[in-house]
Amino acid sequence: MKLSILPCLAILLASPAMAREEIRIVGSSTVFPFSSAVAEQFGRNPDFPTPIVEATGSGGGIKLFCSGVGEKYPDIANASRRIKAKEFALCNQNGVTEILEITIGFDGIVIANALWAPRFRLTTEQLTLALAAQGPLPEYWSDIDPSLPAIAIEVLGPPPSSGTRDAFEELVLHQGCKTTDLVACEGISMREDGAYVNAGENDNLIVSKLETNPDALGIFGFSFLDQNYDVIKGASVNGVTPTFDAIASGDYTISRSLFAYVKVAHIGLIPGLEGFITELVSQAASGEEGYLSDKGLIPLDEVQFLQNGNRVKNLTSMTADGLR
Amino acid sequence: MIDMTELSKKHRSPQAAARLHKRNAAQKRLKYYGILAISLSGLALAILLWSVLGKSAGALTEYQIQMEITLDAELIDRDNIERADFSQLSKDMLSNRFPFVNGRTERRGLFDIISSGAAYELRDLVAKNPNWVGQTIPFDFLASDIADLYFKGAYGQIEPITHRGALTIQRDGESLAFSSSDADFAPLLGNVRARLLARANDHRIEAALQENGRRVFNERGDFVEAAKRKNNRDFELAQAEALEALAAQPDGVFELDQFTASIFLKLGQVWVRVETISSNAGTGKILGDIANGVWEASDWQLLIYNSPPITRKVSDVQAILLETLREQGKVSSGINRHFFTSGDSREPELAGIWGAAVGSFWTMLVTIIFAFFIGVPAAIYLEEFARDNKFTRLVEININNLAAVPSIVFGLLGLSVFIGFMGMQRSSPIVGGMVLGIMTLPVIIIAARAAIKAVPPSIRDGALALGASDLQVSMHHVLPLSMPGILTGTILGMARALGETAPLIMIGMVAFIVDIPDGPTNNATVLPVQIFRWADFPERAFEARTAAAIMVLLAFLFTMNLTAILLRKRFERRW
Repeated sequence: MKLSILPCLAILLASPAMAREEIRIVGSSTVFPFSSAVAEQFGRNPDFPTPIVEATGSGGGIKLFCSGVGEKYPDIANASRRIKAKEFALCNQNGVTEILEITIGFDGIVIANALWAPRFRLTTEQLTLALAAQGPLPEYWSDIDPSLPAIAIEVLGPPPSSGTRDAFEELVLHQGCKTTDLVACEGISMREDGAYVNAGENDNLIVSKLETNPDALGIFGFSFLDQNYDVIKGASVNGVTPTFDAIASGDYTISRSLFAYVKVAHIGLIPGLEGFITELVSQAASGEEGYLSDKGLIPLDEVQFLQNGNRVKNLTSMTADGLR
Repeated sequence: MIDMTELSKKHRSPQAAARLHKRNAAQKRLKYYGILAISLSGLALAILLWSVLGKSAGALTEYQIQMEITLDAELIDRDNIERADFSQLSKDMLSNRFPFVNGRTERRGLFDIISSGAAYELRDLVAKNPNWVGQTIPFDFLASDIADLYFKGAYGQIEPITHRGALTIQRDGESLAFSSSDADFAPLLGNVRARLLARANDHRIEAALQENGRRVFNERGDFVEAAKRKNNRDFELAQAEALEALAAQPDGVFELDQFTASIFLKLGQVWVRVETISSNAGTGKILGDIANGVWEASDWQLLIYNSPPITRKVSDVQAILLETLREQGKVSSGINRHFFTSGDSREPELAGIWGAAVGSFWTMLVTIIFAFFIGVPAAIYLEEFARDNKFTRLVEININNLAAVPSIVFGLLGLSVFIGFMGMQRSSPIVGGMVLGIMTLPVIIIAARAAIKAVPPSIRDGALALGASDLQVSMHHVLPLSMPGILTGTILGMARALGETAPLIMIGMVAFIVDIPDGPTNNATVLPVQIFRWADFPERAFEARTAAAIMVLLAFLFTMNLTAILLRKRFERRW
């Protein structure tokens, strides 16, 4: 008995944190697959340990990131949306004044259904009419436009906590409401009467539900369409089918930027941080043919890519301008 | 005195018989309900195991491709092997081996048939054998997830089709015009025609929907919109008719696209990817080197890959390369050692469960130390020493309540106390173990108290009567006798803790961690978290790995429960 208590005490005493050697990244679960791929690649060099990437969600990640400067706090926060003015203020308040903003690339959000189900050609306005809580709440797609299939509206998508859901509301509902008188833009949100189904954060689950239900449409990230062309197909939005090229060129409008926020004060404090962000913005990683594009990330255009690289090279901190 | 004959008469009355019958029937029903319940749960378990086992089969083996690679002494510094660019070296080797693969997309496809981790494995091997630098060595490159799935048949197979004619070929750079002396390609045209008709049908469906719109807008009196729909309808119909006309041509030349089955010719060792085809001729792209001439029917092969390119991640060129390597005998498969020995990875073929299993081990070690050595003394105190007053009853009620608190709450506690207040490290098994330990504590206390209570008072009385102190009674008699029950309770509590994810989200153990933890203060993740993360990745190959990881977790749980049963059997005492 007495002997077995000793290791217990030893463990307890040994726990106070030693100097942190590895980079810590927190944030969006959408950026997680890309960020972890870069972390793994970076960890293959012999000099530094593999960074730790945590999926906490954009908001949770930025909150952790903004808690302070020092080894206790993460070095990088990933976000599937831009940092908010309020969060930026919180950061400043806690001494995190110099933040480097990196745009990693784009992520398309697709609306898809089973391969053998009718093909959908939609517009942002029609999607808004179908899905806005403030709209006419139609029961069938054909109620919105007689040229749409006479199928009951059933859309599976992410829950309110998800960044994908926020982005969809921002990119579709907030745009679509502008062109129609039937939906008020004020406080527009997804309908909650059962036509829109919260199908959880797991996009693989939505894909397998679509496989078995030809009447349902699903909303999820492009990489899941890209991996499952044998069972699902993407609906065209405003006449553009969601393909890699269409999203990269900006023709397909439902896409958002993915960000990484770096604590400049930690460069030099945490070994390898500068090397990691250089890897992140390198041609080999987030470039047009980088390994992240294999993972489903839509790369930046050349101009933005160069701007990004320059920001990292000069460690240009962001300002609160343009934040919402 | 009761008259027995009267009583017997009562028991033999028809009412009594009916009552008895009813009672027996009820008993029988209860029995059947029980059997039904057990069979239903057994069926559910069987379905679960069957589906998980079936899916996990794909993760048990991995494929390797053996290729010779020259370790150029000019590119590899013998004293600094770790810094040499083995990725580029591997890419150059592939380019040299398959010089006919050109074009950006195709070259990327070529590099993608081996895992991006293979070059680093080669690096580590060469670092151990520096005298290899300058030599050409055969190396087993790990196949990428795409190649692995292709070899496992997940994307279908390339199949040969019978033909009769002799093939005349005319080369023009990389493209090839060919014609057969027989109508050998006619059977393949069905596939192409079907594709054209399917596309036409799509247009007809859309035309019907547009027509619907025209009619409704006409009825509503919105003639502008109606006219627009009419135009759309006519456009769709024209498209459909054009496609149908094309499909109807008996001697037409058809283009193969992303949506039609792929067709290949194989002339000796050289593959040709067919691009356009008619019943007896066509054009294609040569993948290799070949001269103009005539090939007899027995010398060439006609092949079809029935799944269209759009539905599979492996491209036509990749499939050809993999087939070529397979024919050369370079491809071998074996037990998936990466899965059982590696940490996490973003590449499915490199991802392993070992990191998470070790993380689970450290976490459980801390949990058991924490929960057992606090829980058991607490139970002994409450059962043997504590006076029965308001305070102890309050403690008891609280312990019972704690056992029912949702696990995420313990995660919040860990976040604010261990990480926030005590400044311990995020993502470490020590914090995870303590959180799970607190979560398991009430379960262990309750189980231990029940076990202690089950020790007969005669043992205590006997010991006390012989002059043992209270401490001696507890430590020498009660505790050893109650140990099997306590251990069973502990192990069942641990089994619950092993499957827990929710509290670990809060303390940062839901993370991507590649390195295998050396101790409880290293960063780590645990088995259920690993399953949760893999289930979330888009790559198809993670599906099998998720299922296999579930099997590993189930094996852990099974072992723990088996231990509990064995302990109980071994030490059980009956009084």
